Amino acid sequence: MRELDITKLRYGTTLVKKGFAKMQKGGVIMDVINAEQARIAEGSGAVAVMALERVPADIRAHGGVARMADPKIIQEIMHTISVPVMAKVRIGHFVEAQALESLGVDMIDESEVLTPADPFYHVDKRKFTIPFVCGCRNLGEAVRRIWEGAAMMRTKGEAGTGNIVEAIRHQRMVTSMISKLKEMDKTGLQKLTEEYSQSYVNSMKTLTNQKIVDKTVVFEEYIYSDVKKEIFDILKEIKEIQRLPVVNFAAGGIATPADAAIMMQLGSDGVFVGSGIFKSDNPEKRAKAIVEAVAHYDEPDVIAEVSKDLGDAMIGIEIESIPKEQLLQKRGW
Amino acid sequence: MIIPGGESTTISRILFKSGVYDAILQRLRQDTLYIMGTCAGCVLLAKEIVGNKDDVKLLHAMDMQVERNAFGRQKESFEKSIRIKGFSEPYNAIFIRAPTIKKVWGKCEILSEIDKKIIAARQDKFLALSFHPELTTDLRIHEYFLEMIV
Repeated sequence: MRELDITKLRYGTTLVKKGFAKMQKGGVIMDVINAEQARIAEGSGAVAVMALERVPADIRAHGGVARMADPKIIQEIMHTISVPVMAKVRIGHFVEAQALESLGVDMIDESEVLTPADPFYHVDKRKFTIPFVCGCRNLGEAVRRIWEGAAMMRTKGEAGTGNIVEAIRHQRMVTSMISKLKEMDKTGLQKLTEEYSQSYVNSMKTLTNQKIVDKTVVFEEYIYSDVKKEIFDILKEIKEIQRLPVVNFAAGGIATPADAAIMMQLGSDGVFVGSGIFKSDNPEKRAKAIVEAVAHYDEPDVIAEVSKDLGDAMIGIEIESIPKEQLLQKRGW
Repeated sequence: MIIPGGESTTISRILFKSGVYDAILQRLRQDTLYIMGTCAGCVLLAKEIVGNKDDVKLLHAMDMQVERNAFGRQKESFEKSIRIKGFSEPYNAIFIRAPTIKKVWGKCEILSEIDKKIIAARQDKFLALSFHPELTTDLRIHEYFLEMIV
């Protein structure tokens, strides 16, 4: 199968997309809202930045519909720093994604932090040259996003809260289920495949009011039997390798070096920090401390050292105090 | 030692801060360290870099000048079969926001080029590659590096 034509350049292949995500492993990706913050993030050792108009904590406070950031801000950030620049699109908003691809951002986050655009489907990420990262709460969400072409996963957590509890919940949900796959035989995996494919079936049922059979197209050009076959293959691979087949980061509520390190010890490949840095007292010092904590996540003396004298972390929100309909993690299908 | 891919800015910063940078320089002075550098690692091996110099600290090991993100951003990243000096069959190389070696001098030898852009070079105990052999299962590059040592 090896391509031997030495004249052809192949862009946006699975290897190129997943490879990009692998280069971020062991690193910290920081939310920034302007060029100045981007410079601080890069100077503190961020492996990439996420360009936004508002950090999640402000999106939460601001209310209303949250959309893709102003391309001008994204471009200013791209011109300022040399590490990769990522940006967010609304769930299912493939035109925002096309616009970001034309700007040349390095990775798109199809994110529940923004207001979802499509009540039925996520973006068909295979149609893009640039790679996508998506959030997940459990293995089912992760597998669907990977099937749709995501090159990287992250926990959803509960963004903008400075509260780590949901990120840990989601990380544990994913890893426990992966470990449970070990005991599953073919029939078990097939049953799980049906369960994980149900979201596409339900959407198409709602849209057409028809019974879904194997030959029914359920998402873009894919028929139900193909969806099942490919999701089964992904599950089989996960069972064998005992991890997600893409890089898996932690996100949603990380506020301290210890938060970052606990996610790493629970099996994350790296960390996204949203509001946690620039909503704290001393962003630069905290950013550096979190980078150190991720690099030395299993060295308690380093975690203790870098946690000293950081000033106040962002205040944070108790999850129970958030009205259910305002939970960002419930967005996505 | 292998310095793999990643962000050269980030790797360089962590190398420096952790003290590993000085340890490597010491071994280089003693001439006792073999290094293979891929992508970001290739950048760090160079003596010179085009453009922004203040955000990355080089190891100054090889007589070459590198240019970061020479093909562009992630959108312009690609896979390509390439010819490598000494390899009988083409090699499928993955380029991710890859640097190129803009020029070489002294004892630095070119091993591969695409469109006149140098993408692999070797000098003494060092091997520099602008692509990522760590992302594919073809082990010929790793074997080549091991043969340099034994």
